[in-house]
Amino acid sequence: MFDFLQGYDVLGAFWMTVKLTALSAVGSLVWGTLLAAMRVSPVPLMRGFGTVYVNIVRNIPLTVIILFTSLGLADIFGVTMGASDFKVQGFRLAVLGFVAYTAAFVCEAVRSGINTVPLGQAEAARAIGLTFGQTLRLVVLPQAFRAVIGPLANVLIALTKNTTVAAAIGVAEAAYLMKSMIENEAQTLLIGAVFALGFVVLTLPTGLILGWLGKRLAVKR
Amino acid sequence: MTEVSVAKEDAVPQAGELVVLKSVNKHFGALHVLQDIDLTIARGEVVVVIGPSGSGKSTLCRTINRLETVDSGAITIDGKPLPQEGKELARLRADVGMVFQSFNLFAHKTVLENVMLGQIKVRKADKKQAEEKARALLDRVGVGTQADKYPAQLSGGQQQRVAIARALAMDPKVMLFDEPTSALDPEMINEVLEVMQQLARDGMTMIVVTHEMGFARSAANRVVFMADGRIVEEATPDQFFSNPRSDRAKDFLSKILHH
Repeated sequence: MFDFLQGYDVLGAFWMTVKLTALSAVGSLVWGTLLAAMRVSPVPLMRGFGTVYVNIVRNIPLTVIILFTSLGLADIFGVTMGASDFKVQGFRLAVLGFVAYTAAFVCEAVRSGINTVPLGQAEAARAIGLTFGQTLRLVVLPQAFRAVIGPLANVLIALTKNTTVAAAIGVAEAAYLMKSMIENEAQTLLIGAVFALGFVVLTLPTGLILGWLGKRLAVKR
Repeated sequence: MTEVSVAKEDAVPQAGELVVLKSVNKHFGALHVLQDIDLTIARGEVVVVIGPSGSGKSTLCRTINRLETVDSGAITIDGKPLPQEGKELARLRADVGMVFQSFNLFAHKTVLENVMLGQIKVRKADKKQAEEKARALLDRVGVGTQADKYPAQLSGGQQQRVAIARALAMDPKVMLFDEPTSALDPEMINEVLEVMQQLARDGMTMIVVTHEMGFARSAANRVVFMADGRIVEEATPDQFFSNPRSDRAKDFLSKILHH
C-alpha cells in the first residue's frame, strides 16, 4: 500500500524542514527579543524602528518575503549569503526570510510578556543600581519569557508549518517533495496524509512540551 | 552582625549634608505635586515625612534616587548632583537604598538571590562573599531560615524585611522608605518597624515616608509634614506631635490621633 514511497527520500525532506525550523527559530528568537528590547527602550529612535519594523513585516505575506529574498536580494542585489552552491544559497535565503518574518511575531509575544511584569520589578532593579540593559536582561526578560512560553509555542508551530513556503524558491523540504510526488504518483490522498502526519509529529510534541514547561516555570506572585 | 552593619566609618567625616533638595518642582500634568521643596538631610539623620494622601510625600521620596524626574530645582547626594539617566545614575542609585510599599522582590529569584544580585552585578563582588553577606543580612533582619524560598512563599512582613536586606547589601549611604508598612497586615507591621528602629539606632541615614506615628515619635530626629505639594512644617517629633504650629498639621493630627 505504501509502495509509492519507494524511491523518495521523505525522511530527508523532513530533515530539511527540521533544519529550516530550528535555525529560523533560534534566529527569530534572538532578533525578536532584540526588537522587543527596542520597543521598550527609552530611546525614541529605537522604539520607532521597532514599531515600524513589526508593523510592516508582519503584514506582508510570507510568500512575498521568501520570494523577495530569492528574486530581490539574490537576483537583483546579488546577495549570495556566502554560498557558492545554488541549493545552499536558497536554504540560507529562506532562513533569512523566516527569521525576518517570525521575529515580528516573537517580538510582540515577548513584549506582551514584558507587560505582565509589574513596573515595581524594574523600579526595584534600577534602585539597586542595575543599568537599563541589566534590568531588562536579569529581571524583566526572564519573567517575561516565562509568561509567554505558550504564545511562543504557537509562533514556533506556525513557523514549522510556514517553512513549506521555502518550496517556492526551490528548497527541497517536505512540501517540495510532496508536490513532485503528487505529480508522479497516483495516491494523492495518501501522499497528503503522510505529509500531514509528518508535520503533526513535528509540532504536537513541541506544543505539549512547551505547554508543560510554561506551567512549570510560571512565576508565582 | 557588626561586620555587615553599614560602614559609617567610610563616610567622609565632614558630617553635615548628605541629601540636599533645593527649590524642587514637579508637575503631573496640571497637578503641581512638588512645590518649591527645600530639604536638607544630614548624615546619620532619620527624617520621617508624613502628611495626607496625595500630598506629594511618596513623589518626594522617589525623586531622591530619580525614579521620578523633577521639572526644576536641584538634588544633590553627598555633594554630587543627580546625573541624567545612564551608567552614572545607576552607580549613584547603588548608594541609595530604597524600600517600596509593595516590596518588589524579584519574583523569579530566591530570597538569597534577591540579596546577592546587586552585590554581584553592581558591586562586582564574588559569589561566595556575596552569599556570606546576604546570609548575614538575612539573619540580621530575622529571615535567615527563608533564604532558599521564593518571595511568593513568604508573608508580607518577611518579604519587606528581605527587601530591606536587599537594599542594605549595597552598603547604601542613605535609605529611602516609601510607605514600607502600608501594604502589611497589622500584625506584621511591628516586625518591619523593629528592623527599621534597629537601623536607625545603628546610625543609618534614613528618609521614611510613613503613616506610623509611633515610629515617627520614637525613631525620628525630625518630622517633615507635607500637604498639597509643600513642606508645611518641620520639627522634632516632640514639638510636632505635642505642639504643631500650622493649622494644616493640627487638623491632620486631630484626625489621626483621636481614635
